Amino acid sequence: MQNIFNDLSDALFSYLKNGEYLVISFVGENSQFIRFNNASIRQTGLVDDAALSLKFISNGRTCYGEFTVSSHNNIDIENGRKEIDRMRIESEEIPVDPFLVLPENFASSCDIKVSDGLPFENAVDALVPAMQGMDFVGIFANGKMFRGNANNLGQKHWYETESFCLDYSLVTSEHQMVKGCFAGNDWSQDEYEKYVLRSKRKLSLMERKPIKVDTGKYRTWFEAAAVADFLGMFSWNGISEASLRQGCSGFGRMRHEDVRLSPKFTIAEDFSQGFCPKFNSNGEVSPEFLSLINKGTLDNTLVSSRSAKEYNVESNYAEHGEYMRSPRMEPGNLNHDEVLKHLDKGLLLSNIHYLNWSDNSGGRITGLTRYACFWVEGGEIVAPIETMRFDDSFYRFFGDQLCEVENKLTVVPEVSTYGSRSLGVTTCPGILVDSFALTL
Amino acid sequence: MKQNIDLKELLSAIDVPAQWVGIREVYEAQTPRMIRDGVPVTNARSVTHGVMVEVLADGQFGYYGTPNMSVEGVSLAAEKAFQQAKVASQHALYNFDESARPSYKGEYKSPYIKDRNQLSAGSLNNLLLDAYNHLKVSDKIVSASALCQIIETNFKFISSNGSDISQDFLMLEFDLSATAAEGSNQQTRTFGGMRGTCRQMGMEYFDQYEIFANADRIGEQALELLSADECPTGEMDVIIASDQMMLQIHESIGHALEVDRILGDERNYAGWSFVKLEDFGSLQYGSKLMNITFDPTMESEFASYAFDDGGLKATKEYLIKDGVLVRGLGGQESQIRSGLEGVANFRSSGWNRAPIDRMANINLEPGESTLDDLIGSVDNGVYMESNKSWSIDDYRNKFQFGCEYGKLIENGRLTKTVKNPNYRGISTPFWNNLKGVGNEDTFGIYGTPNCGKGEPNQVIRVGHASPVCLFENVQVFGGI
Repeated sequence: MQNIFNDLSDALFSYLKNGEYLVISFVGENSQFIRFNNASIRQTGLVDDAALSLKFISNGRTCYGEFTVSSHNNIDIENGRKEIDRMRIESEEIPVDPFLVLPENFASSCDIKVSDGLPFENAVDALVPAMQGMDFVGIFANGKMFRGNANNLGQKHWYETESFCLDYSLVTSEHQMVKGCFAGNDWSQDEYEKYVLRSKRKLSLMERKPIKVDTGKYRTWFEAAAVADFLGMFSWNGISEASLRQGCSGFGRMRHEDVRLSPKFTIAEDFSQGFCPKFNSNGEVSPEFLSLINKGTLDNTLVSSRSAKEYNVESNYAEHGEYMRSPRMEPGNLNHDEVLKHLDKGLLLSNIHYLNWSDNSGGRITGLTRYACFWVEGGEIVAPIETMRFDDSFYRFFGDQLCEVENKLTVVPEVSTYGSRSLGVTTCPGILVDSFALTL
Repeated sequence: MKQNIDLKELLSAIDVPAQWVGIREVYEAQTPRMIRDGVPVTNARSVTHGVMVEVLADGQFGYYGTPNMSVEGVSLAAEKAFQQAKVASQHALYNFDESARPSYKGEYKSPYIKDRNQLSAGSLNNLLLDAYNHLKVSDKIVSASALCQIIETNFKFISSNGSDISQDFLMLEFDLSATAAEGSNQQTRTFGGMRGTCRQMGMEYFDQYEIFANADRIGEQALELLSADECPTGEMDVIIASDQMMLQIHESIGHALEVDRILGDERNYAGWSFVKLEDFGSLQYGSKLMNITFDPTMESEFASYAFDDGGLKATKEYLIKDGVLVRGLGGQESQIRSGLEGVANFRSSGWNRAPIDRMANINLEPGESTLDDLIGSVDNGVYMESNKSWSIDDYRNKFQFGCEYGKLIENGRLTKTVKNPNYRGISTPFWNNLKGVGNEDTFGIYGTPNCGKGEPNQVIRVGHASPVCLFENVQVFGGI
């Protein structure tokens, strides 16, 4: 893939005229997908996909184009040149872009991660035996992913990784469920079988008859996977400088009213673990570490170079959409073994589901409990709970209601496959909250 | 720019000992344009083009999605899909035969008058810029945008058992948005909620007078919301406009009736359903006023088509008749697996994803009440327009939806504007509280380009048309 990207880039840069700029972005994958229901195979297949995105700047205008890379050099170069021709004409018609970002040549990079993954042809035999005897449902995604970026000033980045992810649920006869996600780069059959076995043991707790809890406010422990979902909301009308400026960020109270979260809450963009490329679609390299909220105080927002120009602030080379790409929340002091004791009486929520802003200005988020969620009394798990809706503000559960933060971090992989397989992780601890509102 | 592919040549070159082979070619060009705060932020064209080769071997389907559409590339894809299917067949969930891919021939073309080339990039940017100027009614409008997306899709499907289908779509998404803010008090008004204005039609859509009139209204209403009271809290009647009924139908009916969910395929991602296979024919889903159809034949609705991605011919069918659940959203595979009657809804997001059960156009049929009748029958309630927040549980029971714009209804009259109108409920009790259904005059056609489901994940386009509706005894509330 890297050769295809290099050949295409060179051919398209040589097609430019004086005064024209071109930034090329490449996203590709060779993937295997196997979908399971009831420990059997529902669907299976392979996907080869790659797209080349072009950002063309000329005449004070910015145009974008994108096409599928067929891997036939002559077809792809012809498609790329026709796309440049189209954008050349369009750049004469559309209005001037006062905030256009010209490419620069800072430095190039190449990061190819070599892994000992699971060969496609071995996947079924490796996966299926450990599932037997359970109602196992989920998806196995496997294979290589590629990211590239280059501009006509000579800067070039390449990132290549191979990974697998088995994202699954185990289901009891009474429809209670436990979530699992076995992901990594190097395949270990032994580790896989142990991981599934641990999930199976968790399932035994779900065999207890579920109880219905009333609406109201409860002391609540959120496992790291649930915390990661809350943090994900910061990437949607939250931490973005543009969304703050455009009046659609839940962080408005922190920016405009100096409202602070708990001093126990600290989060940063941290690329040091290398789970995703540091370069963005404009070819800019983000700082390895960027503090976002430090001990409850809004420290930095995510600022793309375009927002920097538009709002006259400094860029921190965020992606165009100003979402977090590698968030890491600081751990606290609470040992996971002591969670139930500290919780004493209340809710233990392992996963949450279908979050949305219910009042963006107020920082209020609604969603549902899902999977292994329990009622706890006297520091002991009593039983799983029936699904409940919550609706509460992050200004409360990451603010004055935040009691304790776990002392261990969990890496929660990004498993989305919309359009293409995603890269990246959220690294975070669990949290203990004194009061959390269930509403339905 | 489009590569011309001879699918028959590709199919004839495939040499694998499969029970069945199909090739689905999808070419799609999306052209989004957007003016925000007076400057162009998007002028783009994104093209995706590839084929999905699907084979049936030993009762198991296997697929290979590839942009390499040469004879060699497609033949190799078929071989690898065949190998995948053979290995998987030893652990198959269901043993299919060729009947899972019925044979049809036919064509479909979106209805439109003016094609994409009849409106230049410059003209469209100027129109969007003018619309922005209409949205910016005050300095308190801190951000405003006008956007459109033109989508051209060509779909072809042929198979070893004689299917030969060609469908060409021209679609539009259009939105206007204005955000008024004072500090952290911020209110956004749009044109039909989260990209709710989307249709199959051509450039004739861009009637400037209507667009500018709507832009003026949206800007003024954003400003109005800034100083409005919070929506009241309590149990009361709610009248829901068509652009929010769209979301109500989508989340609490459409997804719940997808037969693959009921069969458990989606339990790890989108979720299960409170509906059980034995409920079809007997479950009183809603009041007798409730008539829900799967209607791929409605002209200009976003997800109209003649055949689904498995090649099944699409027809209008009742899903819920007089409040009783009668049919599920199950394509041919789900119909075979479940033994239920279904519809032609086996759909994919493109050439790189396998089809699954999806919504298409799911509509609520009009009733007999005028809007004045509905409002006049309410002593204490709220009228709500345009979705801005949506969430529902994995069984499609407990939902909570938020709207952009509300009006109090007091003693049969619309009175003052309220902000942050939200409501919550549980699907079947809520639909059984359907007390009034608007007539044809209140019927609005909307949809969404962002319906997510499936593993691997897929986003597809769906349409929802509905009259204005009245529900009683609804939990209503506002913001913080």
